[in-house]
Amino acid sequence: MTPGSWFQLGFYFLVLFALVKPLGSFMASVYQGERTFLTRLLDPVERFIYRLLGVRAGDEMDWKTYAVAMLMFNFAGLVVVYLLQRVQGYLPLNPQKLGAVSPDLAFNTAVSFATNTNWQSYGGETTLSYLTQMLALTVQNFVSAATGMAILVALIRGILRHTARTVGSFWVDLTRGVLYILLPLSLILSLVLVSQGVVQTFSQYKAVTLLQPTTDTNGNAVTQQILAVGPAASQVAIKQLGTNGGGFFNVNSAHPFENPTPLTNFLGMLSILLIPAALCYTFGKMVGDTRQGWALLVTMTLVLGLMLGVAVWSEQRGNPALTTLGVDQQASSLQAGGNMEGKEVRFGIVNSALWATVTTAASNGSVNSMHDSFTPLGGLVPMWMMQLGEVIFGGVGSGLYGMLAFVIIAVFVSGLMVGRTPEYLGKKIEAFEMKMAALIVLIPPILVLVGTAVAVILPAGKAAVLNSGPHGFSEMLYAFSSAGNNNGSAFAGLSTNNSFYNIALGLAMLFGRYWLAIPTLAIAGSLVRKKKVPESAGTLPTHTPLFIVWLIGVIVIVGALGFFPALALGPVVEQLMVGG
Amino acid sequence: MAKSKSLGSKLYRRAVVDAFVKLDPRRMVRNPVMFVVEVGSLLTTALWIQSLVGKGEAPAVFIGAIALWLWFTVLFANFSEALAEGRGKAQADALRRTRKETQAKKIHSKLDKFDRLKARIELVPSTALKQGNIYLVEAGDIIAADGEVVEGIASVDESAVTGESAPVIRESGGDRSAVTGGTRLLSDWLVIRASANPGEGFLDRMISLVEGAKRQKTPNEIALNILLASFTIVFLVVCATLLPYSLYSVAVTGQGTPITITVLIALLVCLIPTTIGGLLPAIGIAGLDRLIRRNVIALSGRAVEAAGDVDVLLLDKTGTITLGNRQAVDFLPVGETTPQELAEAAQLSSLADETPEGRSIVILAKEKYSLRGHSVGANPDAPTGAHFIPFTAQTRMSGVDMDGTSIRKGAPDTMMANIQEQHKPIPTDLKATVESIARSGGTPLIVTRNGVALGAIHLKDIVKGGIKERFAHLRKMGIKTVMITGDNPLTAASIAAEAGVDDFLAQATPEAKLKLIRDYQSGGRLVAMTGDGTNDAPALAQADVAVAMNTGTQPAREAANMVDLDSNPTKLIEIVEIGKQLLMTRGSLTTFSLANDVSKYFAIIPAAFASTYPQLAALNFMHLATPQSAILSAVIFNAIIIVFLIPLALRGVPYRPVSAAQLLRDNLLIYGLGGLVAPFIGIKLIDLLLVALHLV
Repeated sequence: MTPGSWFQLGFYFLVLFALVKPLGSFMASVYQGERTFLTRLLDPVERFIYRLLGVRAGDEMDWKTYAVAMLMFNFAGLVVVYLLQRVQGYLPLNPQKLGAVSPDLAFNTAVSFATNTNWQSYGGETTLSYLTQMLALTVQNFVSAATGMAILVALIRGILRHTARTVGSFWVDLTRGVLYILLPLSLILSLVLVSQGVVQTFSQYKAVTLLQPTTDTNGNAVTQQILAVGPAASQVAIKQLGTNGGGFFNVNSAHPFENPTPLTNFLGMLSILLIPAALCYTFGKMVGDTRQGWALLVTMTLVLGLMLGVAVWSEQRGNPALTTLGVDQQASSLQAGGNMEGKEVRFGIVNSALWATVTTAASNGSVNSMHDSFTPLGGLVPMWMMQLGEVIFGGVGSGLYGMLAFVIIAVFVSGLMVGRTPEYLGKKIEAFEMKMAALIVLIPPILVLVGTAVAVILPAGKAAVLNSGPHGFSEMLYAFSSAGNNNGSAFAGLSTNNSFYNIALGLAMLFGRYWLAIPTLAIAGSLVRKKKVPESAGTLPTHTPLFIVWLIGVIVIVGALGFFPALALGPVVEQLMVGG
Repeated sequence: MAKSKSLGSKLYRRAVVDAFVKLDPRRMVRNPVMFVVEVGSLLTTALWIQSLVGKGEAPAVFIGAIALWLWFTVLFANFSEALAEGRGKAQADALRRTRKETQAKKIHSKLDKFDRLKARIELVPSTALKQGNIYLVEAGDIIAADGEVVEGIASVDESAVTGESAPVIRESGGDRSAVTGGTRLLSDWLVIRASANPGEGFLDRMISLVEGAKRQKTPNEIALNILLASFTIVFLVVCATLLPYSLYSVAVTGQGTPITITVLIALLVCLIPTTIGGLLPAIGIAGLDRLIRRNVIALSGRAVEAAGDVDVLLLDKTGTITLGNRQAVDFLPVGETTPQELAEAAQLSSLADETPEGRSIVILAKEKYSLRGHSVGANPDAPTGAHFIPFTAQTRMSGVDMDGTSIRKGAPDTMMANIQEQHKPIPTDLKATVESIARSGGTPLIVTRNGVALGAIHLKDIVKGGIKERFAHLRKMGIKTVMITGDNPLTAASIAAEAGVDDFLAQATPEAKLKLIRDYQSGGRLVAMTGDGTNDAPALAQADVAVAMNTGTQPAREAANMVDLDSNPTKLIEIVEIGKQLLMTRGSLTTFSLANDVSKYFAIIPAAFASTYPQLAALNFMHLATPQSAILSAVIFNAIIIVFLIPLALRGVPYRPVSAAQLLRDNLLIYGLGGLVAPFIGIKLIDLLLVALHLV
């Protein structure tokens, strides 16, 4: 790697970590109902919303009520998104007169945005009206992110409170998450994006004259190009911040109107990890021991750093098959070197590999390069980051509660190893928590593996594959890894807009989100009833380097080892075939 | 319990037979991990038979070898469980032999007018005795049922239960009134009120417990089973989906053959946590067995596990922290008296005093002032003409009258009153001396001569040797020790400081004990205590781990969840260690088992897809000879590692009193890193061996 790449990576993490504490402690204050600098401005709005909803802020819910509220709200959102797509042809703000979306695609998209996945079987500029993009998708970008954070906060309360029953109010947590955290951050980010040239308009698509006229496949002269525009900046800001990732345009953040400059690229990557990283601090602050939060953040960063290294190294090294042909792939002052296929020249190797790694580490899924064109090993990195269960940063809220499920398993086994009934932050981990944590950890791999198996068996599954050999297998595995873990990034090379993939991936997204959210809330409900065990010398500390190493071991062995055979038949063997 | 060589080999023979008996699928299904292995063994056996008739998916030798080693895996696991149970079973058989059908002498007459020789006695079989019935036992009889002595005093041989051959005294009233069915009366007679119905007695419970018949899974075991079952499910999915993946790969590359069912099953068995799954029952049984070998009967497995979690130990001062009795350590004269004079008077007054305190006064005087005492009466040392006054509850003092002098000693308040009665002055420094002794944790005794106070004897509790270090260990383990004593707070504080306990409860009443336990529990702590008296019963029932002394009363034994047959209160500390060891063994073997998976992937995956993707051979960095030897080596390693770890499972992972963090680091290094590395070496060695023997 060149000194320049080290600097770009170092600068990125420096800025990210500098923001963790201020944002993290602000979010803790928000969820604990404390006064913040925004309270004077937003408190009247908050109270107005509660009056509108008929909610009393003091009314708390037990975990079941909380779960039911969360499910009902998400289901309502899903229905709205579905219906808006189906009837968008009759609604305003549709300058391109786009018609109704097909039922299976509308289902897939509705599930995708309700579950914070943002898998896109559609191309935004050719499928959805401005109204659908704004009212259906952007709204879901906010509330699905706030839902994830609310579930996390309920779990934190379960750990924090003792011999209690309630874990908070879903409506309050949801409202505060949107109002105090997501809206202000999105507002700032979208203004910066607009200043950099990200489009924000209701006008129809623009036809421009080509500077270099060309010919189409039939030999006819092409002199004009249609440029898709729309209210993009407002949607792009939240899709990055809320780990949603659903692009306004089909090619997502590789599109110059969505991600025009190095600055927008930097801010885009920063905002992917910003909230998931800061939530670790929020967690530590809320449970009254910030070391616990830092320990989780360090765990995530170490795994991310390692995989990032593999991705950058593999992409910078280029294609071994081309090397043997004598092609110069070395980075020099004249070229970026490495494997530039599918990457934007304005971003280069490091910022493409970095984006690919962080977007899959967090369950964001927006892309600024085509992962399908990465070297096999480089493509393995984003795939594996998702297969880890989206716990390395992961989705806003969902990443950390998934991580806490791994912590429960790690604490359980290590607790036994030191001869004590395992406990985490003073709460005993018993059979019920174990059962729920096992569900959280095991459901995503089952969804991915079974989904891929169904795809390779059914003709409809195999027909969509555009590449042969192990690469085609990787494309299917990637699609289900993305959907089953609610990431939403696409490997490409797979035609997924057909009823098989729309429905199969839609189901994977549904199960992958709610079959994890419900057990998480169940753990919160079980922990909140327990007594708090006071700390003693016999208590296993969970913030030490030793525990971090152990936790990483558990994540790798429990979360990712199951994918070893599948990866061996996909990217691993492909890399070996191209020569090392 | 002496273990002869023949008993050892008998144990092994029995365990081998039991290993086969346990193959019954109805039993196996209770252990999901091993049940999956058994199903896999059956399937591969069927595939082997199919290959014998010529339609096999692989050579018959290969499938046969895999099937054989899968069966071994199951059998090895069963063997470990059978071996662990074996000890208990042998002991249960011995217990059962003592519980022969006996006759009981049931008494029909009223108790208050009881006369042993005239009472109406009916001979009934012991099984006909109900709770509340009263029966007579005479010398040579076997005690027919658990009960409480209501009349009489006798020596009892309890070796059938405790293994201790020295007879013990049982008498009505007090703390030694409980008798156990199956023990034998050596002398005298007892009238006993039965406290248990037939089949529910202590011996019955003990038999069913050591046999493991009533062994229920403990909470931690359940949680661990859930974790292991989840792994099994996910690896089932991993292996089941591998077949379509393989078919697809063969179809798109157009080369090789799909993965065989035999290899898939082999991979599955290697991946699921068979090591811990197979040894889990043995670990639990061996934990109970370790307690039994230390003569502690746990009445539930849950209690053993809870013992590992205990945060607070309530320990009775007397017998646990201090030696049973106080000893004289100093003579403190008052007024004009010289120390020599006081020592002599004290010694004289104690010559006939056979209590440990009395003897210690004589010895101290001898050691400190070389006083040999004078000859008196039966005591060769006592002066002639002395008349000894024994301690009585009325006078509350003891002493000697001799040559017109009367020497008395007793507790300060009694003696002060006595001095005043005789109109003698109380020396000004007496009160201060008495108080200073009390403040230092001692018990003062005042000595007078003809009603004149000479001074005070300092009696002191003697803290057991090594107990302070033991408490320091406990503190490192995160366990708080609380001393319970009837002493006043001043005395208690000083002994507590000397013994190094963390806290104490002085002037303890049963209510105060119960409240203390509840307070600790509501603070989220787990409390362990020992007790023997009836007044301990409520506290025992409240404590999470309650150990009753076998010499204790029936209510105490019933309220407790463990009984210590040796009646040694310090054993609580060992019980805690055994509880911790039990959990540690489970945790360490789970880590080991999971870490093993890494190497097995590297052995099996390149081999399984060798025909489709020969490039995957790059992952075979162990350089295993052939795909078949690679898979077979992994399966063989997976089976024999169980045998290698049986001793560890039975003995338990050694426990050292260090902090949790250090313990985790050490165990992770041994079982985590060891589990990662060991199978690479083991599989390679087995592969070399297979090649050397031309088996593949």
